[in-house]
Amino acid sequence: MTFLIKGETETWEVVIGLEVHAQVISNAKLFSGAPTDFGADPNSQVSFVDAGMPGMLPVINEVAVEQAVRTGLGLKAQINKRSVFARKNYFYADLPQGYQISQFELPIVGEGTIVLDMPDGTSREVGIERLHLEQDAGKSIHDLHPSKTFIDLNRSGVALMEVVSKPDMRSPDEAGAYLRKLRSIMRYLGTCDGNMDEGSMRCDANVSVRPVGATELRTRCEVKNVNSVRFVMQAIEHEARRHVDIYESGGEIHQETRQYDPNKGETRQMRSKEFAHDYRYFPDPDLLPLVFDDEYIAKIKATLPELPDEKKERFMADYGLTAYDAGVLVVEKETSAYYEDVAKGRDPKAAANWVITNLFGALNKQGISITNSPVSANNLGKLIDLITDDTISGRIAKDVFEVMVDEGKDPETIVEEKGLKQITDTGPIEAAIEQVMADNPGKVEEYRGGKDKLIGWFVGQVMKQTGGKANPGMLNELLRKKLAP
Amino acid sequence: MNELVQLSLSDARDGLAKGDFSAVELTQAHVHAMEAHRDLNAYITEVPDLALERAKEADHNLGRGEAGALEGLPLGIKDLFCTEGILTTAASHILDGFTPPYESFVTANLKAAGAVTLGKTNLDEFAMGSSNESSYYGPAHNPWKRAGDPSHLVPGGSSGGSAAAVAARMCLAATGTDTGGSIRQPASFCGIVGMKPTYGRCSRWGIVAFSSSLDQAGPMTRTVRDSAMLLSVMAGHDPKDSTSADMPVPDFEAALTGDIKGLRIGIPAEYRLAELNADVAALWGKGINWLKDAGAEIIDIALPHTKYALPTYYIVAPAEASSNLARYDGVRFGLRVDGDSLDDMYTKTRAAGFGAEVKRRIFIGTYALSAGYYDAYYLKAQKVRQLIYQDFASAFENVDAILTPTTPTPAFPLGENSSDPVAMYLNDVFTVPASLAGIPGISVPAGLSGDGLPLGLQLLTKRWDEETLFRVAGVLEEAAGFTGHPLEGEG
Repeated sequence: MTFLIKGETETWEVVIGLEVHAQVISNAKLFSGAPTDFGADPNSQVSFVDAGMPGMLPVINEVAVEQAVRTGLGLKAQINKRSVFARKNYFYADLPQGYQISQFELPIVGEGTIVLDMPDGTSREVGIERLHLEQDAGKSIHDLHPSKTFIDLNRSGVALMEVVSKPDMRSPDEAGAYLRKLRSIMRYLGTCDGNMDEGSMRCDANVSVRPVGATELRTRCEVKNVNSVRFVMQAIEHEARRHVDIYESGGEIHQETRQYDPNKGETRQMRSKEFAHDYRYFPDPDLLPLVFDDEYIAKIKATLPELPDEKKERFMADYGLTAYDAGVLVVEKETSAYYEDVAKGRDPKAAANWVITNLFGALNKQGISITNSPVSANNLGKLIDLITDDTISGRIAKDVFEVMVDEGKDPETIVEEKGLKQITDTGPIEAAIEQVMADNPGKVEEYRGGKDKLIGWFVGQVMKQTGGKANPGMLNELLRKKLAP
Repeated sequence: MNELVQLSLSDARDGLAKGDFSAVELTQAHVHAMEAHRDLNAYITEVPDLALERAKEADHNLGRGEAGALEGLPLGIKDLFCTEGILTTAASHILDGFTPPYESFVTANLKAAGAVTLGKTNLDEFAMGSSNESSYYGPAHNPWKRAGDPSHLVPGGSSGGSAAAVAARMCLAATGTDTGGSIRQPASFCGIVGMKPTYGRCSRWGIVAFSSSLDQAGPMTRTVRDSAMLLSVMAGHDPKDSTSADMPVPDFEAALTGDIKGLRIGIPAEYRLAELNADVAALWGKGINWLKDAGAEIIDIALPHTKYALPTYYIVAPAEASSNLARYDGVRFGLRVDGDSLDDMYTKTRAAGFGAEVKRRIFIGTYALSAGYYDAYYLKAQKVRQLIYQDFASAFENVDAILTPTTPTPAFPLGENSSDPVAMYLNDVFTVPASLAGIPGISVPAGLSGDGLPLGLQLLTKRWDEETLFRVAGVLEEAAGFTGHPLEGEG
């Protein structure tokens, strides 16, 4: 899985660190009681605090704090029992206070780890540097008027968790796996919905390259605000190749902020270091430090659900699944719950196959999520039962499944209505065999003459004759008997 | 002049309760006084109609026996408190036309207790100053003048309008805010009682912020009893201010026992500055004797980091101010001067909207927080601030209160210090340490200078011990017997 860029003079590896802004699932904003619903009318979710009115003061939303601690625990990270909010000062029209309340020197969560599940079934650890709480800014809308900018403060003050990784990733694939895993963990925890298209999860990628074998980090560029996993991966690749091209042509990389244009497939400069803000961070005197005791942390810890890594381990141990299958099934909490419903009291591998191959295939084709699946876990389980008790064959089961997807009915009804019940009486099967033999005396002779491979052809013909309903085991057995010289 | 305006806040309360006069009569008398003394420029905004309307309601409530603690008592409100439906300026051009849709916690408490708002008093722009000269609305004048000298004197600052209004009987009492001495210093200059509570005693919610870790609202009155009475209503826990203390508010008036026998009073050597005015030094000596005569034990104490207080203050306060004032950007309220771009609009708006002193402090504060300077200035200042707090904490292990002068000099003429900011800053040399330490302090008028100007003495106690502060202040007030009155001869 190594990702290397072959240049003219060197072979280069890419070094990636990601900063993810994750909107906290919460009843209200980080420091005000205003609601945070997505898609509300502009400036309809704004308190006097969010609008930076004179004399207004922030009050910490304890739910947001608890969510940050939950996320920290989910990332197996150090929870800092004392953390401090700091002001990050800069002017912008959609930043009403003239500063963003964030955390600087003392974040709420320290170092942690994320385990990446790579597509080939291997896994790899990436370090978390920190997680801190901060306010979101409002939104500037520049395209509604030729000379004016419109400001929507609905997002102003919304609680964000900024999760900063260590520069531990070495390929766009790893960056993608990191984002998916982080999203998965936060969704399990119920701390962020992870919807990148709605902006509730955004990513900045720090990218640099260095010759393979080098240990020193070279100058990095930050690609800001990329809004899908795929684009993050593309942006990293483009940015890394840009660095290689510049180095190989004798140039230097300067630290700067860049923007990714997915249409043109290129990054371009937003701000160079010379124009970087001096944010003049200092502890916000309007807020007291956040101080927790062990009991508070333990209380939250006690409510954590089983997380994807543990679930994956359990699926491998208890159900005998491969790392890949287990990894796929645990990405979404809903999927793993669905799988466990299906697997309960049944062959877990068969259940995994049905969910991963058939169900996922059908859902992907229709672009619907598992929570809206037309096939309930109960019905998929029943379908497997029908195979197990020889009511239908595996082949027929696939047809039944398609009807289940289209019509949402339970498999028993479908089998009943369509008369798909497997034939397990010897009589009709024998009759069908005899019919086929009578229609193809030449083939019978060839078979008896030693052409064993023809057995497959006979099976197919007899299946056709029985509309696919013959029990395959019985068919095989009876066919061999009848064909025997 | 109507003698109703001469009443103390507590006497007016008692008079209303007894029915000696009505709230409308009391308010009307003060409305006349506001008109009569407009030359003092003590108010930025007068709201006589609202006041009289409120007074009518107060009379109604008084008649039904449903009077609040301040029912029908006319007050001046420093124009730093946001008042719902009433222009709020912070004495700055940049807040042009700003009428808040909300009421500060402190003034909401006053309203709920039945107080009558007469208007919004003048102040230094954004409370930055010690003379009221930085007000966009022009300086307020001290109602006192030197004997035989007609020149106008400053009322002190930043709560200069409140101090002038209280001294000139243009209200029974007023609210002030104190960041480094902004209540105590003008109180001393105008011969009234000015009290800064413990940081966290009064909510800052709805007060235009200057320096968040220092700003504290407090009462400005003519007697210590009035001060206690007004603070009891202003104070209280407010969940909307994270730095507001969740503590019960004692009945401060009940603390005025008149008995300080056995209390230990500390006298800090470090406050004996070479620059100390002779009259001030003499008065301090008198104050020590008064308290001794009342049965207190006088103890010499050391507050060794005192000399670092002023420089520390002038890092911390401007640093916080530079950030707090970033919201005045022309985007959402107040003044906007259009420009070619967003940055141009910011530049033009803030250049036009802020006065020189505010700009100076924004520059200082921005510099102190800048990358590469933060550790040397802001971080160092915070460490020194901790040492100053420790000075007081150690001192209060041995004493119950500390007595000092409030200011090194009496009031000075308008314009005298306006070209020398450092000379101006020195006015707060005795008040700033308590602000940095977050401890309560009160200035009590205690005598007159040789040329007839009022002088205050300052008392300090440990955090949350306003009761001892009022108790000692009451005794000091009684012993000093200050009866001086500005505007003598005006009737």
